[in-house]
Amino acid sequence: MSDEQNIQVRLNGADREVAADHSVRSLLEALDLHPGMVVVELNREILSRESYADTPVREGDTLELVHFVGGG
Amino acid sequence: MNETTTMERTPEAEAGDDGPLVLGGRSFTSRLLVGTGKYATNELMVDAIRASGTEMVTVAVRRVDLDRSEEGGILNHLDPDEFFLLANTAGCYTAEDAVRYARLARAAGFNEFVKLEVIGDEDTLLPDTQATLEAARTLTEEGFKVMAYTNDDVVTALRLEDAGCVAVMPLASPIGSGLGVVNPYFIREIKRRLEVPVIVDAGVGTASDACVTMEQGVDGILMNTALAAADDPVRMARAMRHATRAGRLAYLAGRMPAREIAVPSSPTRGLLD
Repeated sequence: MSDEQNIQVRLNGADREVAADHSVRSLLEALDLHPGMVVVELNREILSRESYADTPVREGDTLELVHFVGGG
Repeated sequence: MNETTTMERTPEAEAGDDGPLVLGGRSFTSRLLVGTGKYATNELMVDAIRASGTEMVTVAVRRVDLDRSEEGGILNHLDPDEFFLLANTAGCYTAEDAVRYARLARAAGFNEFVKLEVIGDEDTLLPDTQATLEAARTLTEEGFKVMAYTNDDVVTALRLEDAGCVAVMPLASPIGSGLGVVNPYFIREIKRRLEVPVIVDAGVGTASDACVTMEQGVDGILMNTALAAADDPVRMARAMRHATRAGRLAYLAGRMPAREIAVPSSPTRGLLD
């Protein structure tokens, strides 16, 4: 895959290069994350799980992928 | 549901013969709520939580660690059908951040409850009560059932109740300190003035602390470090389960008045010459 087919995104606080044709769903799958186990915030807006497949990941997007961890 | 203790998790056994703990329209038989942080292993966490008899556990919202291959999420270890998940906003220092974390937690799809926590000082981890109040109002308007962590200040507790919180959670002492209830008078006063349930959150160190806390008449208690940092978390969880119940029962029983003088328990008449 050539560089033109990749895009730059901000993913969990780090700059990352990902394939240009990702939906949020396919990006999660590429990261080996179960869509039901994470919550996605795209450019400060929380996405519903139903919209993952139809939401494209675009150049310059800021994504936060969060989940529950141990805490008090 | 578990073999680790002989006490059954029944309403009579856990709630101290006085019915369930009702939070935001949901009934819980145990008055002990526990956190899931800081355990040496996930297995130990699950064993301790089961031994505590709790039904409600707190969890935190954090970024997925994308550089680690292992499954870091707590739901890989804790069954959300076995325990009611209470997401917290721990780590937030502004009302805006707390609202953001709460929304993310709700989007996980379990329930609309949130343990609201807005810290105002890194050193003492004492709450920013003004920011807590602001976030409580916003979240309540958005339909959240807010359980608000706060200090042992009666006025703030009243304001949080006015803001629509389903429970107010004053601290016993600072988070993770294990100092026990430093101001039982204010805890009692908060309980006396509020109509919503009062859950003491943070500061309990050992079983006697839990017992003293419940003896103040509060509706429940939330702890994390006291279990996770004990040498034997499972045994301490069992102790806390008994102590919470014992304190509740003692409160309901109504203690004898404390006196500065001795009064004999045996008859003073009928003694031999």
